[in-house]
Amino acid sequence: MNAAYLYSLIAVVLLGLISYAGVAVAGLEGFFGIFIPYAALVLFVAGFANRIVTWGKTPVPFRIPTTSGQQKSVPWIKHDRLDNPSNTVGVIGRMALEILLFRSLFKNSRVGFSDVGGYRKIYYKWVVWLWLFALLFHYAFLVTVVRHLRFFTEPVPFFVGMLETVDGMMQVGAPGVYLSGVVLFGMAMLLLLRRIVLPKVKYISIAADYFPLLLIIGIAVTGILMRYFVKVDVGAVKELTMGLATLQPSIPEGGISALFYVHLFFVSLLLAYIPFSKLMHMGGVFLSPTRNLANNSRAVRHVNSWNYPVKTHTYEEYEDDFREKMKEAGLPVEKE
Amino acid sequence: MYDKGKIVAGLVIFFIILAFPFWYNLGQSSPAPELELTDKAKQAEKCVEDTALMTREHMQLLHEWRDSVARDGNRIYVSENGDEHVISLSDTCMDCHSNKADFCDRCHNYVSADPYCWDCHTFPEENN
Repeated sequence: MNAAYLYSLIAVVLLGLISYAGVAVAGLEGFFGIFIPYAALVLFVAGFANRIVTWGKTPVPFRIPTTSGQQKSVPWIKHDRLDNPSNTVGVIGRMALEILLFRSLFKNSRVGFSDVGGYRKIYYKWVVWLWLFALLFHYAFLVTVVRHLRFFTEPVPFFVGMLETVDGMMQVGAPGVYLSGVVLFGMAMLLLLRRIVLPKVKYISIAADYFPLLLIIGIAVTGILMRYFVKVDVGAVKELTMGLATLQPSIPEGGISALFYVHLFFVSLLLAYIPFSKLMHMGGVFLSPTRNLANNSRAVRHVNSWNYPVKTHTYEEYEDDFREKMKEAGLPVEKE
Repeated sequence: MYDKGKIVAGLVIFFIILAFPFWYNLGQSSPAPELELTDKAKQAEKCVEDTALMTREHMQLLHEWRDSVARDGNRIYVSENGDEHVISLSDTCMDCHSNKADFCDRCHNYVSADPYCWDCHTFPEENN
């Protein structure tokens, strides 16, 4: 067994058990239902802002446009506006493709050797799977988050209802199966298996890679359990979540299954964990210098932002200092 | 800080979107809706199963009932305690719970559940 994913798995299971026992045995509904979610939200907002400001303070001295396109130069060489933008409009296009469609990941390729008549021949192969899983995973997650607005708004806004209709269009069972939940769980499992099964990826994976994946799987599993298998009283759940959203928190009478508190605890953990982990890529993607800077190095002068004033002594000054001596030695001078 | 204006603007927009539930619900409280039971439902005291169970799992039960009637032609449901009930949304469920607007819809609207029961079933009492 690999310690990195074993420890992460143990951590997630333990955290789940702690919250379950905390509610079911110790009766700490207030702690897990009110204090933890608010604390997580505060940590998320403060941590997120702090992280972004820290990144904002980091100077980016040069344009580092990793490109796969032709830079803007002379009119008769075709300029690649998206891959090598020369202005803000192009940068917005490149960023939009990156953020909405994960374009860099789409270019994912694999290097390997093939055997051609006894010789090893290097090959580069386009591999689409990681991009596909990642895109499905992220969009399923987004849909799931937006769908959950039904618990945090009253009346529920129209777009949530529309999303629910589209998401549940298969009309399987009652309550109807949401595609996003199934896809989210399936893709998270694939992303986890990828790190466990592929030797090269496993070699570079650490606990900080497994933990968030397992946590998200934990969220998906508890959510799916509550919706389809071990039903909870949704009305009571909404009473609690609306209390949180209207800043009048209360624990509903009659109580809610401890499974709900495990779900809520996992979500709170994930929220609080984002600013301190790789999950901060949700903010970081906007600050990628290789994506958000126009390649206008030839058109605009960029001065290194941490340059300090350098003492200079120009040739003119040098000549002023030594003009007479230079003349005596027969050296040419520019000014007489 | 470099590009301060853009970065701070982005952060502020993100936090405003994040806080959507807080400003959307500002100044109101939304307790769970009170359900109104008809006199007939009050007299019966108990649905086909335990109330807590019905609250959580009625949708699944109704779904199983639909398959039971439509596919197997079986219209008899035997509850946990052995009582027999005729499987019919219109004639059994809605016989007691004839007040759809004050019973079914209140919870369904609250949790944004949109069951398609009434795409086919209709109720004469309700003059839509």
